[in-house]
Amino acid sequence: MSAPATATHAATRPLHTIAAWWQAAPFALVFLLFFIVPLVLIGMVSLWDFNEYELIPAVSLRNYLSIFEGCSHLTDNGDFCVTLSTYLSTLKFCFLVWAITLVLGFAVAYFLAFHVRSSGMQTALFVLCTVPFWTSNVIRMISWVPLLGRNGLVNQTLMGIGLVNEPVEWLLFSDFSVVLAFVHLYTMFMIVPIFNSMMRIDRSLLEAATDAGASGWQTLWNVIVPLSKTGIIIGSIFVITIVMGDFVTIGVMGGQQIASVGKIIQVQTSYLQFPLAAANAVILLAVVLMIIYGLTRLVDIRKEL
Amino acid sequence: MQAGMSDRRAPGFWPLAIVFALFVVFMYGPMFTIFVLSFQGPEGGLTFPMRGVSLHWFHKLAEGLGTVDIGAAFRRSLMLGAVVMAFTVVLSVLAGLAFRKRLKGGDALFYIAVASLIMPSIIVSLGIGLQFRLLDTGIKSALTAMGAEGTLENYGTALGLLTSALGAHLTWTLPFGLLIMFAVFNRFNPAYEEAARDLGATPWQSFRHVVLPLIGPSVIGIGMFGFTLSWDEIARTSQAIGDVNTLPLELQGLTSTVTTPSIYALGTVTTIVSFAVMGVALGSAALLGRRASKRRGG
Repeated sequence: MSAPATATHAATRPLHTIAAWWQAAPFALVFLLFFIVPLVLIGMVSLWDFNEYELIPAVSLRNYLSIFEGCSHLTDNGDFCVTLSTYLSTLKFCFLVWAITLVLGFAVAYFLAFHVRSSGMQTALFVLCTVPFWTSNVIRMISWVPLLGRNGLVNQTLMGIGLVNEPVEWLLFSDFSVVLAFVHLYTMFMIVPIFNSMMRIDRSLLEAATDAGASGWQTLWNVIVPLSKTGIIIGSIFVITIVMGDFVTIGVMGGQQIASVGKIIQVQTSYLQFPLAAANAVILLAVVLMIIYGLTRLVDIRKEL
Repeated sequence: MQAGMSDRRAPGFWPLAIVFALFVVFMYGPMFTIFVLSFQGPEGGLTFPMRGVSLHWFHKLAEGLGTVDIGAAFRRSLMLGAVVMAFTVVLSVLAGLAFRKRLKGGDALFYIAVASLIMPSIIVSLGIGLQFRLLDTGIKSALTAMGAEGTLENYGTALGLLTSALGAHLTWTLPFGLLIMFAVFNRFNPAYEEAARDLGATPWQSFRHVVLPLIGPSVIGIGMFGFTLSWDEIARTSQAIGDVNTLPLELQGLTSTVTTPSIYALGTVTTIVSFAVMGVALGSAALLGRRASKRRGG
């Protein structure tokens, strides 16, 4: 850049910064009003008191204490308290869905990135994978009903070929259907970031690995997986945060019978028990942040080894 | 190397191709089943076999399901989707332009947008619901203090489609819009703008006649994200809406009460709207792209 140009740039810079701020201001304002302020209010109201009619400003840990009431010991039946067992159940779904979407998403992304050679075909197949993302989640959930129901296609087939004598009951409104629906809905969140990372991998590195005598699996594990790490982490964060806070999928696919952390918050909100719901939200947020932190740490440590 | 490779597929191609094909069937198969079943005959039920083919369940849907006015919910969601789309496009493009310059606090703003994207939706929804209820309490006590009894009696709630629900949707659509703008401007050649400036264009002229035509297809993409994400959104809307419901919320409620193929007909209708929006978006993006390249060529 020539000297005069630099000079004019320097002269207009303060003006530019102000203009930039005006351009970003509406965007920032939306997040201030509908994200930051609500989060602060959740933190504040989680310390409030309440009765049947109103919220009472206070600073007390009553809500938190009541959430963990009885959690210091097992119940008479040998179970955990409600809060702990709900978290364990949600974490179980979270882990299963994360593991399945990761393997499936990685395989699909790997196929698209390294086995489909024409870029036109690559784009077409990628779009094919992402189109369902823009359709309704509830529709995609209920679309399993005619397949998995008591008289559904799967049971008809199983009974038709004589594998079972009675309809299989655990196909729908069960843990199985919840996990299936999660995988169906959210594998896309793994595919896109992993595919994006894979497309940035320099293809000559793979050639170098092959030339140096690495087998296909060695190249995959020692070259491609580490270089796709960013995509894997981003996808994992998406899937984990979605499943941890979910109440719609677990509600619809679990036949409204399975508990989840998100569902507790939703029910308490609908009974206008805002301080309790807020305290639960704070705990959920803390757990999610710990998982995200642990996830990024885990991967970093492995890189250093 | 390309020629050598194309003779034979790389090892692992066929197993992965099968996985991919099964995945596509897994994605589209169920959706296709309810599409077929929504044309079930009047005697038919929720599962196969098909008992004739008819539009019976679409007529039933138009009459309304139980106490739910589907038509009104449909129009509400369409209206909200259009408003969310407009806000998402304008605010994302403006913010995208701002991020190209020196923007103090830009990093913080970016991280806030990303945090909003990955924040469990129930928390955002609860927060906005809470915020508006506290606002209601505040307004009511202010009205009482001012002695405006008449206004107080008429005042319902600040929660609503174009207040709290709009805000809730924007916390979900705007991060996508910003990420798309980043991707666009990362590949954008500033030489065109400099040329426009050297030729004496005002900032508005260079945006209107140079930048906008070049980023046009992506802007349409942002609009498509804005509309379809809003059209299907449930989790963030659920606690942040007043007395009226959007179409997906009604649909979620209907899953446990409706036991006829009408619900599949509703599914087919909403999916057709989603596909129509995608089709229009892709079509106009392609048209813009072709026109732009023709202009550059000619």
